[in-house]
Amino acid sequence: MSIEVHNISKTFGDFVALKDVSLRVETGELVALLGPSGSGKTTLLRIIAGLEEPDEGSGPIRFQDEDVAGRPVGARQVGFVFQHYALFRHMTVFENVAFGLRVRPRISRPSKAALRRKVESLLKLIQLESLAGRYPNQLSGGQRQRVALARALAIEPKVLLLDEPFGALDAKVRQELRQWLRHLHAEIHVTSVFVTHDQEEALELAARVVVMNQGRIEQTGTPDEVFHSPKTAFVMNFLGHVNLFRGRVKEGKICFAQMACDAPEHAPRSAEAVMVFVRPHDLEVDTQRNGHPSFAATVVRIYSAGPNVRLELIADCGDQIYAELPQERFRALAIGQGSRVFVTPKEIKVFAES
Amino acid sequence: MAGGIATRLAAREQVPSAAAITESAVVRWMLIGTGLVFLGLFLVTPLVAVFAQAFAKGVGVFFAAHWEPDALAAIRLTLLVAVIAVPVNTLFGVVASWAIAKFNFVGKNVLLAIIDLPFTVSPVVSGLIFVLMFGRQGWLGPWLEAHDLKVIFAVPGIVLATVFVTFPFVARELIPLMQAQGTEEEEAARVLGASGWKLFRRVTLPNIKWGLLYGVILCNARAMGEFGAVSVVSGHIRGATNTMPLHVEVLYNEYNFSAAFSVASLLTMLAVVTLVLKSVVEWQNNRQRALAAKPAAQE
Amino acid sequence: MRLQLKQRSVLPGFGLTMGYTLLYVSLIVLVPLATLLARSSTISWEKFRETVTDPRVLASFRLTVGASLGGAAVNALFGFIVAWVLVRYTFPGKKIVDALVDLPFALPTAVSGIALTSIYAPNGWIGRLLEPLGIKVAYTPLGVMVALVFIGLPFVVRTLQPALEDLDREVEEAAASLGASRFRTFRRVILPTVLPALLTGTSLAFARALGEYGSVIFISGNMPMKTEIAPLLIITKLEQYDYAGATVIAVVTLVASFVLLLGINLLQWWSRRRAGGA
Repeated sequence: MSIEVHNISKTFGDFVALKDVSLRVETGELVALLGPSGSGKTTLLRIIAGLEEPDEGSGPIRFQDEDVAGRPVGARQVGFVFQHYALFRHMTVFENVAFGLRVRPRISRPSKAALRRKVESLLKLIQLESLAGRYPNQLSGGQRQRVALARALAIEPKVLLLDEPFGALDAKVRQELRQWLRHLHAEIHVTSVFVTHDQEEALELAARVVVMNQGRIEQTGTPDEVFHSPKTAFVMNFLGHVNLFRGRVKEGKICFAQMACDAPEHAPRSAEAVMVFVRPHDLEVDTQRNGHPSFAATVVRIYSAGPNVRLELIADCGDQIYAELPQERFRALAIGQGSRVFVTPKEIKVFAES
Repeated sequence: MAGGIATRLAAREQVPSAAAITESAVVRWMLIGTGLVFLGLFLVTPLVAVFAQAFAKGVGVFFAAHWEPDALAAIRLTLLVAVIAVPVNTLFGVVASWAIAKFNFVGKNVLLAIIDLPFTVSPVVSGLIFVLMFGRQGWLGPWLEAHDLKVIFAVPGIVLATVFVTFPFVARELIPLMQAQGTEEEEAARVLGASGWKLFRRVTLPNIKWGLLYGVILCNARAMGEFGAVSVVSGHIRGATNTMPLHVEVLYNEYNFSAAFSVASLLTMLAVVTLVLKSVVEWQNNRQRALAAKPAAQE
Repeated sequence: MRLQLKQRSVLPGFGLTMGYTLLYVSLIVLVPLATLLARSSTISWEKFRETVTDPRVLASFRLTVGASLGGAAVNALFGFIVAWVLVRYTFPGKKIVDALVDLPFALPTAVSGIALTSIYAPNGWIGRLLEPLGIKVAYTPLGVMVALVFIGLPFVVRTLQPALEDLDREVEEAAASLGASRFRTFRRVILPTVLPALLTGTSLAFARALGEYGSVIFISGNMPMKTEIAPLLIITKLEQYDYAGATVIAVVTLVASFVLLLGINLLQWWSRRRAGGA
């Protein structure tokens, strides 16, 4: 079931959470809403679920071309998974998962036997069959979240919405559940939207990432697109590590860090101030000038533990830079703290200063 | 109301209830209506009735009821009892909560249960206990008679009974409060060299001042309003061993309704003041907590 | 191995404060209680049985327990509604209503006694309205129950309020997203969660009602066998110098309230275990 929202705005008192947001999610897609706190991602998710109401004048919310904006949350057939699980503490795992089926009106309620079978198959799916009789407070965080997921899936939702589902878990458990969710989605193919502020999670899990900031959507695209072809300065800055320079456009060249290089295609034409972003791994470091536009810098610190080596540099123009090189390249250069180097940006992204 | 302030003064923020988990307007207003009607019936009506009956025969009669010698004696006795019982129990409350909240020792739960005892015992039973101790046929009865001392049917008995009944109030407020506040601040002060009394005055007292005030207010309200226990030990001697509540009873039984309600309205005003003070204390405490929490939120 | 009676602490004043506390507690609480127990032990079983099985005494127990239960039940229902309304909704005057709930706690019992009587007497504001319907409140067991409702209300409301405030909104949202109606959510999710608090508050109201004297004796009419409460009977026996009889009733009342208190503590311990860790 596809999801479509048009022109959604939401204000809480003085605070504007969403400003005229429109989005489409295809059937069976796994989409991430990524952004910092206050970007409006959770609000958008809750509006899709029906847990919040958009402001007057907002457009329709369509599930498979049917406007559900007027429907209460219980009638939208969404499965919602909360960051802190929201399990029913006084019910066993079995009863938690069965809840959605038990509260159905008598006509559509499954028989006791059918209910039992359904719950058991779900428990098998989440690999917790042996814990059916336990209470939530006897489970680990990861197990609780899996129960919450099973509970949401029990009602056979057309849309699955997850609000920072792994946010409350340890790093290792988070990793495991990430993998597990991906496999689950591959198996059951339900349209899923999840909210996260963890970019690694979004880039790893989602088929499409929606980057949000201050109530607006900055960019939607595949993880590859948003990472390598960011459309706005915010997206560039938010994803991955980045070096920021301030520069000017002059006669088709970008001038920054006491050097000038050819302006990339996407750069603005006029001579206003611009922001130049370069990723650490797109900086080439050498002990001498090599003919390409480069700037001089001094090595301040070397972080060599890890797959690559990170260099903390001070450019002659005063900017603090981080460069990343493979271990062999670093060894070949034979530089140490205080060495003079020349840095060549291989790929830059230029955005007008807003 | 154990730990009334410790648990309830957590600032009651208004959480905007999302539409998804709020009842329909009809249900809401029906519930509000039911609740208000119930409270109006059971709480407001008696409150209004006291004042209505007190002034039914005019303001003149109202004042006359109080100026009368027996009434004045009752007021004096009530104040005397409060002036003795409240400070004494406050001192105990502070001392006991220090010993209990700031240290760990064997038998703490037993001690707590014992302190709670007067709160759970029926007031009449409390009064009976003192009669059994100090009455003519009581345990110390013969000794008291030999020394020409009267406890029961005299002021000392009333004071004792009131002290017994209002005994836990301050302690019950302070113990949970001080337990919740922990011992870190005091330990820090100790390391910096503060000695006993200084430590208490400068570190502990400012933290507990609202809880303390709250406990004192409640203790006072109960001390002045105690009826059952005092009724048993007082002997109802007009002009001598009647507190205000007992005087109200005497007047009422003589069918002197407007006088009875006049004196009662004085006690009612005390109750209303108690409620107002309690609200003020709660509000102040919320403010103090909000101010303390602010810097963290701004980070 | 030394038995550690007290953990070491850097804080001063334990000896002094503990000593004072123990002294005071002994004098004010333990000695009086010991006296009661000592006196009651001097009463023969004969006298005990005689007193307890006396019809008048039994009637007073029945009335006290019955009216207290009734009052507590009424408070459980309406107290819940009041607590819910105060925690969940906003309406004009809410702060005043919230403060007012403590009135029965702050008002001297004699005052509430005469006020309630004047209202429910046959010519009182409400008694007048009920008389033609054949409902008599004042001077009947119903009147006793009304007074006990008044006295127990704050216990239920104040115990429920924190529990309702602590409810996890997300759990309710989860239930809603799974298709449960508001009523279903209330019955299956909210009520079970606050049930311990409700039971505790009701038990406290019940315990208080058992020993209540001042607010009841005016409205009850004090007719032996009909509207005489147990505390009053204690006083009556005292006035007749039947110290033993009074003591017997007092001990029964005391034991009942201890058992009740124990029950309440067990309930709170059980509810803490249930909620623990989640």
